[in-house]
Amino acid sequence: MNTQRVAPAASSNTWAMKLRRVRALVIKETRQVVRDPSSIAIGAVLPLILILLFGYGLSLDVKNVPIAVVIEYPGPEAIELAAGFQLSPYFHPTVTRSMPSAQDLLLTHLVDGIVRIPADFSRRVAAGGADVQLIVHGGDANRARIIEGYVQGVVGTWSARLAAQGRSGQAQPVNVQSRLWFNEANDSSYFLVPGLIVLVMTLIGGLLTAMVMAREWERGTLESLLVTPVRSEEILLGKTLPYFALALVGFLLCVLSAKFLFHVPLRGSIWVLLGASMLYVLVALGIGLLISSWVKNQLVASQLTMLATFMPAFMLSGFLFDLRSMPTAVRLITYALPARYYVALLQSVFLAGNVWSVIVPNTLVLAAMAAMLALASRLVMHKTLE
Amino acid sequence: MQGAILRILALTRKELLAVLKDPRSRMSLLIPPIVQALLFGYAATYDLNHVTYAALDQDHTAASRQLLAGLDGSGVFERVANLQRAADIGTWIDARRALLIVQIDSQFERRLLSGKSADIQLIADGRNSNTAGTAMGYVTSIVQQFNSSWGHDHGWAAPAVQIVTRAWYNPNLETRWFMIPGMIGTLTLIQTLMLTAMSVAREREQGTFDQLLVTPFRPFEIMAGKALPSMVVGAIQATGVLLVAQLWFRIPFAGSYVVLYVGLLLFLLAAVGIGLLVSAVSATMQQAMLYSMLLIMPFSLLSGLTTPLSSMPIAVQYLTAINPLRYAIDITRRVYLEGAGLDLLTADLWPLALLAALTLGASSWMFSHRMQ
Repeated sequence: MNTQRVAPAASSNTWAMKLRRVRALVIKETRQVVRDPSSIAIGAVLPLILILLFGYGLSLDVKNVPIAVVIEYPGPEAIELAAGFQLSPYFHPTVTRSMPSAQDLLLTHLVDGIVRIPADFSRRVAAGGADVQLIVHGGDANRARIIEGYVQGVVGTWSARLAAQGRSGQAQPVNVQSRLWFNEANDSSYFLVPGLIVLVMTLIGGLLTAMVMAREWERGTLESLLVTPVRSEEILLGKTLPYFALALVGFLLCVLSAKFLFHVPLRGSIWVLLGASMLYVLVALGIGLLISSWVKNQLVASQLTMLATFMPAFMLSGFLFDLRSMPTAVRLITYALPARYYVALLQSVFLAGNVWSVIVPNTLVLAAMAAMLALASRLVMHKTLE
Repeated sequence: MQGAILRILALTRKELLAVLKDPRSRMSLLIPPIVQALLFGYAATYDLNHVTYAALDQDHTAASRQLLAGLDGSGVFERVANLQRAADIGTWIDARRALLIVQIDSQFERRLLSGKSADIQLIADGRNSNTAGTAMGYVTSIVQQFNSSWGHDHGWAAPAVQIVTRAWYNPNLETRWFMIPGMIGTLTLIQTLMLTAMSVAREREQGTFDQLLVTPFRPFEIMAGKALPSMVVGAIQATGVLLVAQLWFRIPFAGSYVVLYVGLLLFLLAAVGIGLLVSAVSATMQQAMLYSMLLIMPFSLLSGLTTPLSSMPIAVQYLTAINPLRYAIDITRRVYLEGAGLDLLTADLWPLALLAALTLGASSWMFSHRMQ
């Protein structure tokens, strides 16, 4: 810096001047934000609406499953087992006597499964080796597997009681005692809500800058800014800061609703959460900046942002679907997605606490991505000027 | 009447040319649905084929090794560590290096040989409790296999009750079979709705809409001319995804194409109707964009594609009644996997028809109302 100060022509490059120009730009941009309700709507209102809608709407918990229980012969064992289904909070059984009527119910989607207790059930329980037939609607494989597990639970509880009362033979050799760490109640909103924060912040960050910059390009107001002594990185900084603040407001609203409306525990430190999220907001804003300085058209920019942020963050971030089970080619793509690292961070900080072995590597990747995006948008902006 | 049809066709041709003549916009309409169908077809699955686990075997006997060998040989589980102390469990789970810990206590084999039941402990990383639950289910079924072979070899009585499971329509319980047919509607909705909403907004912003109005076209004809091209694009996109499902992922198509396309036609009508309604209430492209996005996101997330409708709170379930995608996904899945005919689908078809009639009627009223 000292060498530059020698030449008077370069005086506009001192840090003080830079700061003044950025400050002026930030003030101008903030006024624009305040006067234009649409960006406040995207930055603060949209996140709140989305987190409420999806927080309440998305759930993988299976309760009150409608099933048909077919009792072909009402022996005492069969009735006892059917009662087990009636008492379970997971099932809402319809008891019938014949298989065809149960199949009609399954065909018309009135039940999700059929538990058939065959006519010889009572006799074979005493002898050992009775069968219970389960037919599930396999369409939704995940749900079908959960239902199968619950049926096993009901039948298992019942047969353990039978064994304890000495009415059947031995118990089974090995029993599995399972524990679910970090989510003892097995409540799917514990991991869906932190994932939704990622989804919302990705979309908001990208959309805010993509729409605003593309609009400036379309209207030609950016060119008039560029002929002033302001340098392109200062423009980018001046544009980014107000939207950064706006996106953080949206983020805080999301965290507050996660904690107080959806009762997701925050076991890690709020400062780690905030730090990681600030980095991520920068990355998301950077994506929007890059897209808009590249295509300079609101229509294409918004479609690209939607395609580049929302769907990948939904499908490829590990928010819903397990990354380790994806084919290698798809998994390699997920490494390029910032959402992947932020999902890992949020799920850990919310549910597990300050796990540094997760926090440090993921934060570093996000920091590197933010830096790269900043550089790239500067380069793209330079190029487009020439 | 004939004149009206001719005028609508002329307008449709003009719109289609405007969309398709530019190679970039042609690509942007055809490539994304196909790429997304391929990518998400692989990614969007709840099935697990790679589960990392760490074993804490405090028994070190033939029985415990046999049990763990059952896991290792399943092709799904990968043992990433053999832990020595229970204190190590935390570090492996916390760092996400193992999804599961299988702990076998030191009395395991002795209990089994003396004819008593033994427990194993299973600890799972619940940060994604759905994945954890699925993995625990896999372990349980492997333990059941161990039980039956151990019981057979060592003279245990057969279990009192056994469950014999069969899954209809999707015998191997593959999520992909469920997910990809659902994507036919989902991937089509985004661009169909946006294209319609934008095409009117763009003409309005550029002032060419007024030029259209001074032509002999009646408001209804302009609307039909805007709706038809989007529906054509939507139908092409849906066909693309359908081809990916059948030719690439080889998911057998059980139903009739006529039924499927009847359902899709109603769905596209409703989607285009919503798009026209959006364009009728928005003055600029930016507004049209914002409104369509505000609709597309809840439509696609609250559609039953990834999380079942039946798990939603009742209030939200009622809200989804206005979501055309919800019906489209149900139709495509049931036609595709179950071979359902029109009679079984009436519960989905009439709400779509109603939605289409309401949105198209409302937007047609708003167009002619605004023009006078």
